[in-house]
Amino acid sequence: MKFEGTSSYIATEDIKVAVNAAITLERPIIVKGEPGTGKTMLAHEVAKSLDAEIITWHIKSTTKAQQGLYEYDAVTRLRDSQLGDEKVKDIKNYISKGKLWNAFESDKRPVLLIDEIDKADIEFPNDLLLELDKMEFFVYETGETIKAQNRPIVIITSNNEKELPDAFLRRCFFHYIKFPDPNTMEEIVEVHYPDIKKDLIQEAFKIFYDIREVPGIKKKPSTSELIDWLKLLMTDDVDAKILREKDPKKLIPPLHGALLKNEQDVHLFERLAFISRRENENIE
Amino acid sequence: MFINFFFDLKQASLPVSLKEYLMLMEAMNKRVVDSFNVNDFYYLSRSALVKDERYLDKFDRVFGHSFKGLENPEGETTKEIPEEWLKLMGQKYLTDEEKKMIESLGGWDKLMETLKQRLEEQKKRHQGGSKWIGTGGTSPFGAYGYNPEGIRIGQKEGKNKKAVKVWDKREFSNLDGDVELGTRNIKIALRRLRKFAREGAETELDLDNTIKSTAHKGYIDVKMMPERRNKIKVLLFFDVGGSMDAHVKICEELFSAARTEFKHMEYFYYHNCLYDAVWKDNNRRYNDNIKTWDVLHTYPSDYKVIFVGDAEMSPYEITYPGGSVEFWNEESGETWLTRMLNVYENAIWLNPIPERYWDRIASTSIIKQIFSDRMFPLTIEGIDQAMRELNK
Repeated sequence: MKFEGTSSYIATEDIKVAVNAAITLERPIIVKGEPGTGKTMLAHEVAKSLDAEIITWHIKSTTKAQQGLYEYDAVTRLRDSQLGDEKVKDIKNYISKGKLWNAFESDKRPVLLIDEIDKADIEFPNDLLLELDKMEFFVYETGETIKAQNRPIVIITSNNEKELPDAFLRRCFFHYIKFPDPNTMEEIVEVHYPDIKKDLIQEAFKIFYDIREVPGIKKKPSTSELIDWLKLLMTDDVDAKILREKDPKKLIPPLHGALLKNEQDVHLFERLAFISRRENENIE
Repeated sequence: MFINFFFDLKQASLPVSLKEYLMLMEAMNKRVVDSFNVNDFYYLSRSALVKDERYLDKFDRVFGHSFKGLENPEGETTKEIPEEWLKLMGQKYLTDEEKKMIESLGGWDKLMETLKQRLEEQKKRHQGGSKWIGTGGTSPFGAYGYNPEGIRIGQKEGKNKKAVKVWDKREFSNLDGDVELGTRNIKIALRRLRKFAREGAETELDLDNTIKSTAHKGYIDVKMMPERRNKIKVLLFFDVGGSMDAHVKICEELFSAARTEFKHMEYFYYHNCLYDAVWKDNNRRYNDNIKTWDVLHTYPSDYKVIFVGDAEMSPYEITYPGGSVEFWNEESGETWLTRMLNVYENAIWLNPIPERYWDRIASTSIIKQIFSDRMFPLTIEGIDQAMRELNK
């Protein structure tokens, strides 16, 4: 089992090595990176490339570790017992399986995506330590031990809102997806829009990377935003010439709403773009 | 070789553990990567040993150091430096005179040609001087010079993929921050300050009430109750500017930890001592400030108050009207602090300066007295104690 990237996802060498190490050693891999660099996408693509089932567990601030294992619905059982339902005699009827259980039960080795683990309570990762390490857990209500038939490939994403405990990190591989360089970015765009005009890409890239370089910008545009913006440029059939526009009155790139997501950034960009373009003209 | 590398990492105070090292060995053993490829080994060891992007740059440096001289079999030798690898670096600090001097050498092509010649002539490493290729000189060739058309020869700054080793690119340098003390520890300490109350939608089974109600009514009557939530409310006051600049990092950590830990939290800034106004945005502190009276009137007395500051100032800034260094204050800082303490019963002061120096600073002693000894050092233990105090 080896991950090699797919036709719709450009995997750089370092991602491949990290993912393959996690697959071979059957250990979880934590993926971090700027928003929009394709952390969640990575899990889906790994599943696709290995032809495995993907089980997604989205973490919210209210998610508890136990919910990933199983939940015992005592209230329904109480109600049923009142109505004299036959179901009530077997406690198993009231245990609903969590995502981890589903993943452990799977016949073929699945990919388990634990998405945005940092959203949960600070103790959440610690509560899953043993379960992810041994890939088994105990169901108190029925007294059975659930053990993974095939250790799932666990991919965990984090947006760095909370720090993860050391003991948890020690058991995982780690990968930080760095922002793609222009060459990789070109490949990524190629995958998404194979028939885009070359000169449009060039001008759009220049503007895109310029915006990312703007000091003090609140929200840097990311890959997914570039992709959206290019799509807009293509549907509006914007000419590359317009992007090359140097008229100070038209400094903000067309359809900039896709790239700059708050008004302070737009103002800041207006100010800085003016200065930098003036300098460019002087050089030329 | 790998053991040494591991100890090098330890020495560079990277948080690596034996478990991670064994994990790396296991991966090597299972042939996750081709062991003859250095780049793959770099990626693998990075993924196994580094668990936080803050440490990536440090790791790159140690890796470069430990495996110095480890060349790719297909790596180029110095004599075959491809042209793109040599990058023209403009320096901004040159006078016009110097610029002319450099132009006299001729354009880029001329420079390249001369460089090739020099490379032929030169066999040894060179430093200083004005002709040979090396570091620190005024020759147009080499690194760290002042020639705007100079050619920078140095692996660390190189950009070309083929010739430069990946770890020498140091792509993660701006993620490195020497934060040894993570916010996690602070959050755990802040957790002491919790007061749970049930509020909101009824989502949990209230067992006691259900039993009672069932017995009462003669049929099962399920009662629900809302989930427990942290109901603590906090006002944070941060001292900014001046002597506090040295403590910015820890204050930022405290702030970010507090913000995620407390749902009801308000923060304000002040300078040195509390006077008649505070502010929420440092850029607009003179236009957009908030009257301290308004703060006292807005937030009810069940708020807990935390002051963060070094309490290091002239004693007059606390005790006398007009003592402030920045403006004329009608009433003394002491008056304002006392007013604050009269409204909010639970208040403490966190001081980033180590406790052993407190007695020697007059202003610190005064503030400590005003706060009836409720001043704590801004350390994990200090925060822990402070939170216990606030919970009283």
